[in-house]
Amino acid sequence: MDPTTENFKTNVRKAIADNNLSIALSKLSEGFPAQRSKAVNRLPEFEDLRDQAREIKEHVLKNLDFYLEKFESRVLESGGKVHWCRSAAEARSTILRITRAVGAKTVTKSKSMIGEEISINEHLEQHGIEPVETDLGEYIIQLRNEKPSHIIAPAIHLTMKQVANTFRKKHLHLAPERSLNKPRELLEEARDELRQKFLCADVGLTGANMLIAETGSIVLVTNEGNADLTYSLPKTHIAIASLEKIVPTLEDASTILRVLARSATGQEMSVYTTFCTGPKRSDDLDGPENFHIVIIDNGRSDMLGGEFNDMLMCIRCGACLNHCPVYKVIGGHAYGWVYSGPMGATLIPNLIGIDKSHHLAHASTLCGKCEEVCPMRIQLPRMLRSWRQLYFERHRVTSISRQLLKIWSFLATWPSLYRFVFSIIIAALVSISRKRGRFKKMPFFSKWTKNFDLPVPEGGTFIDRWNRRKQL
Amino acid sequence: MSEARDEIFAQVRAAISKNLDATLESSQSRFAEAKNRINDHPVNLVPARGRLGKKARVDLFIREAERVNATVVRVSGLSLVPREVVKFLTNNNLPMLLKVSPETSEKRIAWKNQTLLKVSEGRADGKDFSSFSLAYAGVAETGTLVVLSGRKSPTTLNFLPPCQICMVYASHILGSYEEVWARLRDSSKNDGSNVFLPRNVNWITGPSRTADIEQTILLGAHGPQRLHVVIIDD
Amino acid sequence: MSINVANEPSVGLFATCLVDLMRPSVGFATAKLIKNTGCNVIVPIEQTCCGQPAYNSGDNVGAKAIARKVILAFKNFEYIVVPSGSCASMISNHYPTLFKEDGEWLCRAKDLAKKTFELTNFLADIQNAKDFSAGYDGVVTYHDSCSSLRELQIKDQPRKLLKKIKGLELIEGIESETCCGFGGLFCVKYPEISSHIVDAKISDILSTKADTLLANDLGCLINISGKLKRRGSLIKVRHIAEVLANMTDVPPIGDGFMEKKTSCK
Repeated sequence: MDPTTENFKTNVRKAIADNNLSIALSKLSEGFPAQRSKAVNRLPEFEDLRDQAREIKEHVLKNLDFYLEKFESRVLESGGKVHWCRSAAEARSTILRITRAVGAKTVTKSKSMIGEEISINEHLEQHGIEPVETDLGEYIIQLRNEKPSHIIAPAIHLTMKQVANTFRKKHLHLAPERSLNKPRELLEEARDELRQKFLCADVGLTGANMLIAETGSIVLVTNEGNADLTYSLPKTHIAIASLEKIVPTLEDASTILRVLARSATGQEMSVYTTFCTGPKRSDDLDGPENFHIVIIDNGRSDMLGGEFNDMLMCIRCGACLNHCPVYKVIGGHAYGWVYSGPMGATLIPNLIGIDKSHHLAHASTLCGKCEEVCPMRIQLPRMLRSWRQLYFERHRVTSISRQLLKIWSFLATWPSLYRFVFSIIIAALVSISRKRGRFKKMPFFSKWTKNFDLPVPEGGTFIDRWNRRKQL
Repeated sequence: MSEARDEIFAQVRAAISKNLDATLESSQSRFAEAKNRINDHPVNLVPARGRLGKKARVDLFIREAERVNATVVRVSGLSLVPREVVKFLTNNNLPMLLKVSPETSEKRIAWKNQTLLKVSEGRADGKDFSSFSLAYAGVAETGTLVVLSGRKSPTTLNFLPPCQICMVYASHILGSYEEVWARLRDSSKNDGSNVFLPRNVNWITGPSRTADIEQTILLGAHGPQRLHVVIIDD
Repeated sequence: MSINVANEPSVGLFATCLVDLMRPSVGFATAKLIKNTGCNVIVPIEQTCCGQPAYNSGDNVGAKAIARKVILAFKNFEYIVVPSGSCASMISNHYPTLFKEDGEWLCRAKDLAKKTFELTNFLADIQNAKDFSAGYDGVVTYHDSCSSLRELQIKDQPRKLLKKIKGLELIEGIESETCCGFGGLFCVKYPEISSHIVDAKISDILSTKADTLLANDLGCLINISGKLKRRGSLIKVRHIAEVLANMTDVPPIGDGFMEKKTSCK
């Protein structure tokens, strides 16, 4: 997927004008935060678990080489194959090679953000292999040729009517007069369509929420069960994951799982949490004969141990999106690439560069709600500020706001001049509009006064008036 | 692609050592900590609700499972299972057809006593209505069933049929996930295998669900729409 | 006029640029409140801004230049009190971060940080202020500014103080902790997003049926009041210091000196 992060302002305008999106986002902002809150209140140990989850990840990142090697050796022991890929391109060609080697025509897929990141669907399609998204939300947006707008609820921006229209357009083999007026009717139709795909697929492609070093297992988390049908029915199971997904042990995975679903949707545990270890055993009655894990770097090792190390602890729960005042207004597509919300704004510049994606780091009030709800206590506001610093240092571009800021900063280090200049400005503003108390229009601030009134200064500066009083 | 592997490891090691006061000693001790963690697999914090006594555990398990839309019933012995299954299928207007896992076949459960019920065994074939399998354990903390793949327990039975019936012994309803891992590790010590996990360990917490259509919760997205748990009091 | 200052703790009042330039009465109210707890209040003339605009824009060089001035101007007090959560946090949390690689200035920044307090924090926790002769006849709802709440953990303090004001009824908004959309330069750079965020905030404020909105951050207050006025609301917006100090003669934020009464849209 090509980023449109440079068109952020246009994307935002489109998003704000989208009525359906506003309705969907207001549902999200009522639903997920309230559910999370309930779940947190039900579990007295939640805060301690967050601390432990973070400690586990901190430890892993300091020992990542050890754990990656351990994971690899366990996978090999269990009969699986491990592929190492430095870049998205390498990952794409590796996955294509594996699917071609087994003569695959259809690949069922469960939700995978890293899969989106490397654009695996497009690559498979270009080479005559049909990828079929099986997560209901992903399936819907695949039919619509759209990208996910939320990392756990990819079709959250759509109304039921929009989904129904899409099904009518794409499921042409079904009776046109059929009813698609209720969510259940839509679900039944999608379920039936995908059942055949599940049963006939040659390869199942999943992501992995965690990679467990101790046992060489991958962890898959869904509510639908689509990941389980994806890996268990075809002959070949390919899992793709970025290399920071490692956790040391089954016990550590359990700790993280306790905070994952509660943070994401407010569930105590996702419906299906699966630990897959290698291919099927020789006398298993079902399961894939081949198991491949594709481990991808694609910029993670650059983040390791540096300013953005924290971002490697993300477990993709989406809590930061659900609580972000900016995300709640603009939704996920406005961010212009695979990830969105505060985690997207922090991660994307690491993957595609800050030059293309600087808006994402700036379009934040730094309110800190994201860090407050992050199960891993990731310091998102600190990193957003770091991106702003890096961008400021790299760019000598002089926009008007940057000029004004320079003038302000300069005056702020010269108190007497500051006082002189602003006394004049204030006196002028006061004389224009003291009675009304506010301005409906203001030069340089016209974008703001389009929506807001600006108050008139009270008159005089505090420092001057205080000094005059002292002198009396 | 060992070139890629080498490069990735080189970059990872460089990034880590840049941020450590890297003496040989400290890199050895850093691996020591990680090695110990793998070998000892210490248990982290287990919430109080995962540390209850047997009776309270079973009660909690039932409450939590019902909270996530599973239905739960208790029977006093294995011989009562077929009758309970028939009752469930009848009450829910489901066909009298059941695919059972080989480990819960006639050798273990007297299905033949229910003459109206047609029972076959094996993996799911995509046409089954209801399945029956045995859970390795239950986890009281969240009303979760733990199901393992194996030569007598096909994974597909738990996912393909729209109705899943799963039995678990009350004595196998443990408090926390960690207790299940401990049990699995213990049993593997006996067969000396390095790979002590089966291909799949499935934690199942309620029937399949989705909220992808206007955030309306619907059961039976791809996995079963119904999950019926039969607890054998032992 | 107090003469003997020997036993009174010395407090440097950091007014903040918005108080200094836009609403000096908040400065006077702050000074009065601090003085009433038995402190000697001094207002260093060499103060301008805490450096937030530069810092949040990524200009660490500019921010440090301003911070050095602040550190020098305020180095000799027992306490520094600030009528703004974001500015107080800038000094107490972010100055040490700014200078983390500069040994000498890091020491100075840490020293200053230790003794810098937001106003309600100072009154409630440090001075344990109890006596307020103030009264306020109105229904008030309080907005928790993000910096106060999440960087300084200020939540109970303003409420504890408001409870002591005779006649004042406090009603909590469900979204009292939700961002108002100001975000410093954010509202200038991304005004449409900011506008929607503040609209949501205002819906919450209106649902409390309060007639007054208080907070401890002028940035938030100016932002919210600007939208309230644009929407024709009559809700009075003030800094909490004005109410605590019983200095509500000055018109609320955004109201003129001869305000005509019109109905709300």
